[in-house]
Amino acid sequence: MTVTAPPATRPTASGPDLTRAALSGRRRFTNHLATAAIWFAVLLAVIPLALVTYTVIAKGGGVMSLSFLNEDIPNSYRRVGGGMGPAIVGTLLITGMAALMAIPLGVFGAIYLNEYGKQRPLARVIRLMADVMTGVPSIVMGLFVYISWVLLVGEQTGFAGALALACLMLPVVIRSSEEMLRLVPDELRQASMALGARKWKTTLTVVLPAAISGITSGSLLAVARAAGETAPIIIVTGIVFSPNWNLFDGSNTALPAQIFRNASQPFEAAQDRAWGAALTLIVIVLGFTIIARFISSRFAIKER
Amino acid sequence: MTLTKNPPAAKPTLTQRGSSALGDRVFSWWTLGTGLLVLAVLGLILITTVREAWPAFDAMGLRFITERVWDPNPATGDAIFGALSFAYGTAVSSLIALLFAVPVSVGIALFLTELAPRRLRGPAVTVIDLLAAVPSVVFGLWGILVVAPALVPFYQWMHDVLGGVPLLGRLFGPVGSGRNFMTAGLILAIMVTPIITSITREVFSTVPRADKDAALALGATRWEMIRGAVFPHSFGGVVGAVMLGLGRAMGETIAVALVIGGATNITANLFAPGNSMAAVIVQQFGESTGTFTAALIGLGVVLFAMTVLINVFAQVVVRRAEARMKGSVA
Repeated sequence: MTVTAPPATRPTASGPDLTRAALSGRRRFTNHLATAAIWFAVLLAVIPLALVTYTVIAKGGGVMSLSFLNEDIPNSYRRVGGGMGPAIVGTLLITGMAALMAIPLGVFGAIYLNEYGKQRPLARVIRLMADVMTGVPSIVMGLFVYISWVLLVGEQTGFAGALALACLMLPVVIRSSEEMLRLVPDELRQASMALGARKWKTTLTVVLPAAISGITSGSLLAVARAAGETAPIIIVTGIVFSPNWNLFDGSNTALPAQIFRNASQPFEAAQDRAWGAALTLIVIVLGFTIIARFISSRFAIKER
Repeated sequence: MTLTKNPPAAKPTLTQRGSSALGDRVFSWWTLGTGLLVLAVLGLILITTVREAWPAFDAMGLRFITERVWDPNPATGDAIFGALSFAYGTAVSSLIALLFAVPVSVGIALFLTELAPRRLRGPAVTVIDLLAAVPSVVFGLWGILVVAPALVPFYQWMHDVLGGVPLLGRLFGPVGSGRNFMTAGLILAIMVTPIITSITREVFSTVPRADKDAALALGATRWEMIRGAVFPHSFGGVVGAVMLGLGRAMGETIAVALVIGGATNITANLFAPGNSMAAVIVQQFGESTGTFTAALIGLGVVLFAMTVLINVFAQVVVRRAEARMKGSVA
């Protein structure tokens, strides 16, 4: 900028100034503004997460105790005390049952897409529709199971809830497992085939084990999401106030449904139970998520 | 095949016959069957819900979507089921959600792909993942008990400042309990941010390194590089991501049911209570019978049709964008 600078480093008369300082004020300002806006956006995402976490821990921690996790749900929202025992039992049973149905089916669906269908038109349609199915609102899945199962058996059961959750998990499991199967190197398949193994044997004993960590973590994430689903549970499982260990007989309940029912009550006792249930649910969901992350980071197939 | 012909019988044959081929066929059919399950479920949803909702469609005809009155138990006369005000609530709350979520999501995606120092990238991704992991009912609980009451003074202030402005003031009318379209939109914005962010980020990361370097080499600032190289390249993908977010926002039930206020209402006032299609179903399903149930299922049918259309469109757009980009890199 000034002539007093060492003459050797900068041509005095010819050549444009390429340093940052030569940028016009307007361009520099816009750049700074955009950078600031981007940082602000990140901050805006952190704030609600921090606030939700803080409130749930602060309010839910207040009611949390061993008896809260054990005791029956009071059958009047107004009553103080009681716990969420039946809802915890319901959440674990229903989600577990849903996982038992959706994960094997989803993995086989993924095997079809990646090992057999590949880029055939049918496989592409299934792939597209699986993505579309992840966008189907959970309430619609609840209505579907209500019509095609609850009306058929004639009562609301925990199993109906598991069916709805399984439908919601299925496309997620299919798509995440397919991604994982795709990462398995082709050399493994070729080596197995060259040794004379049949395709089904290759798939089950070579390809699947190679991808199993990724598939497990993807499936666990799907389970975590399903555990937090509320709308289908409310519509198809009914409500109970003491634990029901039988998924096929009688109504059931789950943590999300209890949070929903208690949250809209004007009574402080009910709201406290809602916060406690929210903390319990978040711990369960986070547990699944963390295990999934751990498995995927620890045992992942290295991308080539 | 030819191998088995010429050498003596002592050599093992390399062909595979009979029983083991059966295993292969059974296995491939079985996996195909599970794949087809997706199509079957989607088809069954459509068929069963339409059939079950038919009494309501039959009774209301086209008025089911053009009528704004929703009166399941009238004092006299027939019940009226008009979904228009709920469709309005769904539309308004989702649009508010996108208005807030899209800029923030694009910002975060840019942060992750262009701006973030290496050691901040991991934590930022974790924040987004955690935001996606929080169950929607927890956001609803937080919304109804914490956010809605806390926002009332702010809404009141907005009303005082902007309420008098002609036309624009209509949006900022009198404030009630804090459970209204605006709160629902804000909570939805938090919930759709992770999905829009993750897809936008994927799209941004497919922008060729060469394009970005070229822009920088021509003397562009980072923002000019983003505007000139990143945005034009990823426009289609971002549109698809926004549509996916819209689909999510429209279908979200529980959080909206808790914070939107539960009134059958069409008004420009964003601070007035309303209701959305998904929320009505979950609020009223338990106490419904007969045609009333059919009408609620009818809302589900409309919701299903709209979300499937939006999702198909969005997926196709995203796929196109990604395919085109892969082509341009090669």
